[in-house]
Amino acid sequence: MLEPEMDPTSQPVSTNGGPKVGVYVCHCGLNIAGKVDVQAVVGFASTLPNVTVARDYKFMCSDPGQDLIEQDLRAGLVNRVVVASCSPLMHEATFRRATAKGGTSPYHFQMASIREHVSWVTADGDDATQKANALVAAAVRRVALHEFLEPRQASVRPDVMVVGAGIAGIHAALTLADAGKHVYLVERETTIGGHMAKFDKTFPTLDCSACILTPKMSQVRSHPNITLWTYSDVVAVEGFTGDFKVRVRHRPRYVREDLCTGCLECIEQCIHKQGKFEDEWNEGLGKRKPIYIPFPQATPAVVVVDPETCIWFKTGKCPRTCIEACERDAFDFEQTETFDEVNVGAIILATGFKTFDAARIPAYGYGYYPNVYTSLEVERLLNAAGPTGGDAILRDGTKPKTVGIIHCVGSRDERNNAYCSKVCCMYSLKLAHLVKERTGADVYNFYIDMRTPGKGYEEFYDRIMKEGVHMVRGRVAEVTDQARSPQEEGRLVIRAEDTLMGSVRRIPVDMVVLAVGMEPQPDAQDVRRLFNISCGGEGFFTERHPKLAPVSTFTDGVFLAGACQGPKDIPDTVAQAGAAAAEALAMVDRGYVMLEANTAWIDEATCSGCKTCVGLCPFSAIAFDEERKKASVNEVVCKGCGICVGACPSGAAQQHLFTDAQIFAEIEGVLEHV
Amino acid sequence: MSEDASRPFEPRIVAFFCNWCTYTAADLAGISRMQYAPNVRVIRLMCSGRVDPQFVLSALREGADGVLIGGCHPGDCHYQEGNYNALRRFELLRLMLRGSGIEDERVRLEWISASEGDRVQKVCNEMTEQVRALGPLRLTTPRRVEAAPTAPAAPDERAPELVGQVTP
Repeated sequence: MLEPEMDPTSQPVSTNGGPKVGVYVCHCGLNIAGKVDVQAVVGFASTLPNVTVARDYKFMCSDPGQDLIEQDLRAGLVNRVVVASCSPLMHEATFRRATAKGGTSPYHFQMASIREHVSWVTADGDDATQKANALVAAAVRRVALHEFLEPRQASVRPDVMVVGAGIAGIHAALTLADAGKHVYLVERETTIGGHMAKFDKTFPTLDCSACILTPKMSQVRSHPNITLWTYSDVVAVEGFTGDFKVRVRHRPRYVREDLCTGCLECIEQCIHKQGKFEDEWNEGLGKRKPIYIPFPQATPAVVVVDPETCIWFKTGKCPRTCIEACERDAFDFEQTETFDEVNVGAIILATGFKTFDAARIPAYGYGYYPNVYTSLEVERLLNAAGPTGGDAILRDGTKPKTVGIIHCVGSRDERNNAYCSKVCCMYSLKLAHLVKERTGADVYNFYIDMRTPGKGYEEFYDRIMKEGVHMVRGRVAEVTDQARSPQEEGRLVIRAEDTLMGSVRRIPVDMVVLAVGMEPQPDAQDVRRLFNISCGGEGFFTERHPKLAPVSTFTDGVFLAGACQGPKDIPDTVAQAGAAAAEALAMVDRGYVMLEANTAWIDEATCSGCKTCVGLCPFSAIAFDEERKKASVNEVVCKGCGICVGACPSGAAQQHLFTDAQIFAEIEGVLEHV
Repeated sequence: MSEDASRPFEPRIVAFFCNWCTYTAADLAGISRMQYAPNVRVIRLMCSGRVDPQFVLSALREGADGVLIGGCHPGDCHYQEGNYNALRRFELLRLMLRGSGIEDERVRLEWISASEGDRVQKVCNEMTEQVRALGPLRLTTPRRVEAAPTAPAAPDERAPELVGQVTP
């Protein structure tokens, strides 16, 4: 957030003769005026002590609205400003800027939230007007006590950390690195690429996913401005806007990354002649050895040893033919976790999503009927680098003749996720096309509504329809193997209501594909705590403002990119990653940030030296002078929570913008006129 | 402040919401157009840990029939542990309030995260009804004790009728 700066050419408004408060009541179109009697609030405000000007305006946040404030300040009519409008989280910065442009401290301003807290939540107009009056009275009383403060400035470290190296993290990292910033790219898997690396084709262009992603992956690997840490995760974050200290843990691969050339000879020579263990990269559809590389284009192209399955780690008895096979002596079975600590100015979170666990809807038989697959599994089957080499074949090796794709699995469903996962309609059409192309099968899509907004998306839908894919409108009730006719025998039957035909249909198929939706990562809550940001009700990270600050968070300097913020497809993800990179770049390139002036201070005269505050400060910002028996706050470290202020028994600790006197005035204000 | 006998009793509730969770949740309630009782008036603080017990006492003295404190869920505090401080202080304050004959329902601490707009609605409605059922808060001692002429506006005089001295 950009804090206001005072216009250096302007003369401060004279405050001789005490505060002169201007009250500006915003209509916000009809958002406020439709419920609150704005004229009545203006009339009421003009009767309040210290108020010299009370006006209303259609949109205070517009240029003419802000000009009203500036003009009244410059004309000397007012020297304190109250705007009664939306939430301060929305426009406090805007109006502080306007106040500063009027030639006074940006903090000679107070906001009364009469939209989010009044007009939008109150049924009755009179009640709403009353409540608006109370909030205005509180703001007027409070602002009279505001001090002349200037925004604080803090320097910003030049480096940036990007967490998560799917397409979002990759794009953000490359953008920043190309701008000359050093980027630490942290990925917890053994390779970068994320979900996109698992797909065969991308909609609506049917570009080969690997063809457009892998060049970017190798660019990351070779970019001089990118430090790539795979198989690593962030374990601690300290510091604040502009200067985060991040601790990163590197898990042992048991192979030295600097020596391994990715020749894969060791995998060949492993004592296990065949892959024996579930291959996570292929959604368990293939088998891998204890030493493996997820896929041929993995970046970095470094093998990894899985200690859970490696005979040496399990028994200590293995000839370790892998070591012999390695010409570079890259093996190090003694490797342990290592840690790095770096200071960065900004952090971009691109931690992605997970797919909905289809087993949570038992009626669809996932995990019970072998021929029920998730869409991600089918992506792997269709991928030339996947377990079947790109053949869409069933577990018994046969080709399906009829395939049913069930949309909205886990999405748009009050029992699971109420939201739409946004990408499933489109990828279901893509899978329908690919399955049909590879197998010649009859494909049925079972949908609730087709949602295809996006460039070229509706056209893609038309194309797939013309290819002869069957579309059945209705939510599927169940998938069953209970045959009712000879033609259903030995097959899976999809039972669904066809709302266009007005009947219940039973369609026998050989393969069921569940179009699973997107969900937050299972550890999204931990990550949220780590980076001090918030999650919405569905668990995705919350942006600062859904429209105006879509990649920022409430923690300055932490930005969001990709599906960790909500379901989105690849084009949207890349666009958002570029936006996050630009926001981070704007911050680190400028070299400094403006900080809230709401720090605490201690009045030495009243400080009794009890040290209560010292232990309470979460940021160790309070020092104690043993000789003089006085505490003092380091303003640079103070983050302005006010915990010490609330606890100080002698009232010596105070907080700028939240002094006891200001809050008492606000309390009296909200109660006095109701 | 004056009570109009002709009007039915409408509780006045002062709320202290932390900037990061509960205030944001109240904004979300607004954005979602969730209607709730107009009786709750919100004062924004950066952290529930900033809530000085004297704010609560002052609100009650100035005519509030109830006080609601809203903070982040345990473990979610933007400042790491301010909400724990709020909780500790709150428990102590509650003992004192009980001793002064003030019902528990009048002063409430709630953890409401930024995503729980519906919870703001529920808690505000619920508390308004509870306080309405209790009726107006009547403090038996004189409302205001004049400060000694020489003394500055020390916090202790904010609510002398309730407690002799407030310690956190």
